[in-house]
This record gives sequence, C-alpha cells and structure tokens, in this order.
Amino acid sequence: MKLKELESCLQQVDVFEEPKLLLEQYPTSPHIAACMLYTIHNTFDDIENKLIADLGCGCGVLSIGAAMLDAGLCVGFDIDEDALATFKMNAEEFELKNIDMVQCDVCQLELAAYDKKFDTVIMNPPFGTKHNTGMDMQFLRMALNMARTSVYSLHKTSTREHIQKKAVDWKVKMEVVAELRYDLPASYKFHKKKSVDIEVDFIRFSIT
Amino acid sequence: MKLLTHNMLTSHVKGVTKGYPLLIKATEVKVSEVEFNPQFVIRMIPKLEWPSLVQAAAGLGYLNDLPSDLVPDYENNEEFLRKVHRVLLEVEVLEGCLQCPESGREFPISRGIPNMLLNEDEV
Repeated sequence: MKLKELESCLQQVDVFEEPKLLLEQYPTSPHIAACMLYTIHNTFDDIENKLIADLGCGCGVLSIGAAMLDAGLCVGFDIDEDALATFKMNAEEFELKNIDMVQCDVCQLELAAYDKKFDTVIMNPPFGTKHNTGMDMQFLRMALNMARTSVYSLHKTSTREHIQKKAVDWKVKMEVVAELRYDLPASYKFHKKKSVDIEVDFIRFSIT
Repeated sequence: MKLLTHNMLTSHVKGVTKGYPLLIKATEVKVSEVEFNPQFVIRMIPKLEWPSLVQAAAGLGYLNDLPSDLVPDYENNEEFLRKVHRVLLEVEVLEGCLQCPESGREFPISRGIPNMLLNEDEV
C-alpha cells in the first residue's frame, strides 16, 4: 500500500465527537498517522504479522492503519468508552478483522501487566499538559514494559531532553525518527487562536 | 474480545495476587472468518499461556479437539495451526463478563469490549 493511499483511507476514520479536555483527546491527523505507520512498516518492519498494542487509542486511527498494513492483531487500549465505540464503528466500516479493544486506564495498570506480551507498541499518548502532568511518561513506561521489540510514540519536542534521560535510566535506545508539526485545532475553549502548531518528535524506542 | 486478547488479560484488583486466567462467562459469542496467517500463529504459540487458551476455548464450546498439551513439530502441522488460528482470532466474545479467579470481581464485556476499569477503592 502506498503512503497516499493509506493517508486517504485514514481520512475516512471518524474522530471524537466531543473531545474530553481531561483526557487530552486530540485526534492524530490522518497525515501524521499515515507517515508514522508507513515508516514503522517500511523502515523497521514492525507491523506486518506483529502483535501490536495501541495505548490511548482513542478512535483508533493508528490501530486501523496498522491493521491495514497487515498487523497480525492490533489491540487498542483506552479509558473512554465513547472513543472506543467510535473506534468499533470505524473498524466495522473498514471490515478489519485483525483488531481488538480493551477498556482500561493505562495509568492504573501495574507495570508487570502485559509484560513483553506485544511485539510492538504504537501510541500517541496524552502530552501530559494541563491536568495530566507526567502522563506521557507513565504511558511510555508502560509501553516499554509491554513491548518485546520497539515502541513508537509522539512527544513534545520541548520534552526531548527529559525523555532522553529517562531512556538511559530505563536502558532503552531512543531515536528521533522525525520532527513533526502537530497542528492542534482549537478544539477547546482555552485555545484562543484558531489552531496552534506545536513541535512534536516521532520517536522510536528499541528494547535491547 | 478475541481469545488471543483474553490470553493476556489479568485482573489487578487491589490485594489480588493471582488474577489469571479470567473466567469467561459469555452470553453471546460470534465466530467470524479471519484470513489464516500461519506465520503469525506459529510466532504466537510459544508466547501463549497454552492451558488458559485451552480452558477458555473449552468453556465457550469451541475446543474443537485442541489438545491440552502443545503438539510437537506444530510448525509443519497446518491442520493444528488452523485450529489454533480459529480459537485465537475467529472466536469472539461479544457479551458477558470476565471473572477474576481470586476476588470474584466481574468485568463486563459489552459489544465485544471488556471493561477492565477499576473503582477507586480497588486500586
């Protein structure tokens, strides 16, 4: 499948009807999702035939893309049942069978849960701003325990140094695959401008 | 919820030391065809908790002669791999609940999605 094709498929994916501020429900744009998945697939071969987890999957755009690229099975985890209901509808509309979902609070899980059960973890975690300080790192810690091979994640570029230190502490290799501009539409009242561009790193963590 | 997913799920209710495997109490089960991918099944088999897969399949009535011990040389046994494929990916629990073997806590499954959220006093 070509990148353009993947992106145009992902444009059909429904997103949050009413994003919830506390959960930082910013959708991953079809463009960013497609670029991420395409790279994970073509450069690193971490999708096809793999058992994949998508943490904080929301309406499932990353999972759906991974399923289209022939993941063995992609399991989406999210706390919000409304997001999962939309995800379920999306999966049904695309007639994807290699998708499953679990409703749970990623931050509530014990670290040992799903210990090395997945090949790959993909995620666009909450950036850990506002009310959720540190949540991005909680997601990352959990993901690194769940994956056998690698974790792909998006993080604010401004936190790169902090993440680098943590990666050393946790003994994983970290590689910034790409620097992206994340266009956050003004979904919430506290956003004064129409949309805000933030700098985001697309990072690959490899588990050795 | 597919049985491959169930094979990984654990109950983390406060105080529970062995929240695995979760007992499936299904009220609606669906079987839908999924493309057979022998490579994926072969890679998954050594990573599975085999006894709990067999127990889950039997509980739902989809054991389909799956042996309680893994067969040797399964990589070249297509018939066996197809059976495993079926229970791992084709059998799906749509409605019912999962019960923690230690605390008895039930986690509802609705529209195929298990709800593993804990209450504040359970964390």
